[in-house]
Amino acid sequence: MFSSLSEWFSKELPAIGERFVNAFLPESAEEFMTIAESLWSGFTTTLELFALTLLFALPLGLIISFGSMSKFKPLKYLMKIIVWIVRGTPLMLQIFIVFFIPGIVFNNPIFKQDRFLAALITFVLNYACYFSEIYRGGIESISVGQYEAGQVLGMTKAQTFFHVVLLQVIKRILAPISNEVITLVKDTSLVRVISVIEIIKVAERFSSQGLLWPLFFTSVYYLVFNGILTLLFGYIEKKLSYFRS
Amino acid sequence: MELLKVEGLKKSFGRTDVLMGIDFSLQKGEVLAIIGSSGSGKTTLLRCLNFLETPNEGKITVSGHAVYDSTDKKRKSAKEKRENQLKFGLVFQSFNLFPQYTVHKNITLAATLALKNTAKKEKMTGAQKAAALAEIEAKADRLLAQVGLSEKKESYPCQLSGGQCQRVAIARALALDPEILCFDEPTSALDPELTGEVLRAIKSLKGGDRTMVIVTHEMEFARNVADKVIFMADGVIEEVGTPEELFGAPKSPKLRAFLQKDKDI
Ligand SMILES: Nc1ncnc2c1ncn2[C@@H]1O[C@H](COP(=O)(O)OP(=O)(O)OP(=O)(O)O)[C@@H](O)[C@H]1O
Ligand SMILES: [Mg+2]
Repeated sequence: MFSSLSEWFSKELPAIGERFVNAFLPESAEEFMTIAESLWSGFTTTLELFALTLLFALPLGLIISFGSMSKFKPLKYLMKIIVWIVRGTPLMLQIFIVFFIPGIVFNNPIFKQDRFLAALITFVLNYACYFSEIYRGGIESISVGQYEAGQVLGMTKAQTFFHVVLLQVIKRILAPISNEVITLVKDTSLVRVISVIEIIKVAERFSSQGLLWPLFFTSVYYLVFNGILTLLFGYIEKKLSYFRS
Repeated sequence: MELLKVEGLKKSFGRTDVLMGIDFSLQKGEVLAIIGSSGSGKTTLLRCLNFLETPNEGKITVSGHAVYDSTDKKRKSAKEKRENQLKFGLVFQSFNLFPQYTVHKNITLAATLALKNTAKKEKMTGAQKAAALAEIEAKADRLLAQVGLSEKKESYPCQLSGGQCQRVAIARALALDPEILCFDEPTSALDPELTGEVLRAIKSLKGGDRTMVIVTHEMEFARNVADKVIFMADGVIEEVGTPEELFGAPKSPKLRAFLQKDKDI
């Protein structure tokens, strides 16, 4: 294409440079502000999905973990099968399935109006299964001596669980839970497969207009938010470091 | 009448018979030491007494009231179960203190939770509840003083030595006023230099009408503190009698061999 290297240097390189500057640097402060704002509005969807997923999946996971430790075999195996399916298939596939089932199977596409709800249901179920396994590991790691001590002191099973075992379990599962929570922040970007507009989807629109920096700038949102979460978990860990179990 | 009576107690795990018919009784205020080689079923017996295992056969009676009877198939109410449970106290070999609570809270926790329930059921007034709570706390202070740990009141279990932990566990068990306090090898998880303080604490509890059942490998201690000694071997009581009888003039060859081994160490 170019007859010599010097021609490439004199013609193409400056052009690359210009495109680079255009793509990576906002043209003006106003452009930066408007784009940062629309990115933020995409990020609020991310945050909403994140918060609601945790709100429902954390307790639901506890219920599933009790189910999978139940002495009632049918319940135990049902829970184990659900956890196996949910953990054994991609989250993206699950989002599609939940989204399409009402329309295709029941001829009632309820999620067409509320795509976010379909995403939320999938995330809650998916994360509850992951949490349930973490809880189960934590609960089973507590020595039977703690339960027996509760029993011989006349405490009920519920009292022993909530007043003796639970805090020890929380201390032990904090690290794996924090891993899952940070993964959740990033997994929220998957909801764009059913056209829920989250931050990366917004940024992608700008990149199709030739702007690359919004795509890079989304990482700032993720990094700041995950940074806050990391600090929060570090704080809880420190708060619970007063005892050893 | 005996305070505790155990009749024909049997327990097996799957196909292994661990207890093969245990009979003994205990008067109020008596201290019973149970000795015997490893695997003879001492822990299993204590666990059956404390409802941590369900025996296969037999009967356990406290003050004439059957707390366990294998022939009685009637289900017990939660209230009755709790009442029976609280007739016994158990100090574990491995303490099993609650790590997230202070020493003081370890002692008061069970009583406080029980108070919350009765307060709701009996519609106690705020003042009544506060008075009951203050009594629980004061009692914990007294018990801590008794085991010599008043200054450790606000410490956490991880800040204590093994001997101190075990003394807290003793105070915790005493807080619920069990009629029969059981100990399962209370010093075998401890360094040798710490066993003395725990044994002294247990010895100091003797007297009055406190009834205790102590499983131990400390022969000197059993000899000094017990009114009655049971030697167990292979799931049965091989020999029973006063410490003088068992340690002074053992009849059964198994007991003689057991005591000889202890001397050899
Ligand atoms: N939960 C259980 N399941 C199966 N077998 C058990 C169980 N608990 C105890 N056993 C068996 O019962 C027998 C008696 O055990 P136990 O703990 O009562 O003995 P012990 O006299 O307390 O011994 P040690 O002096 O070592 O504490 C042992 O052979 C043990 O393997
Ligand atoms: Mg034992």
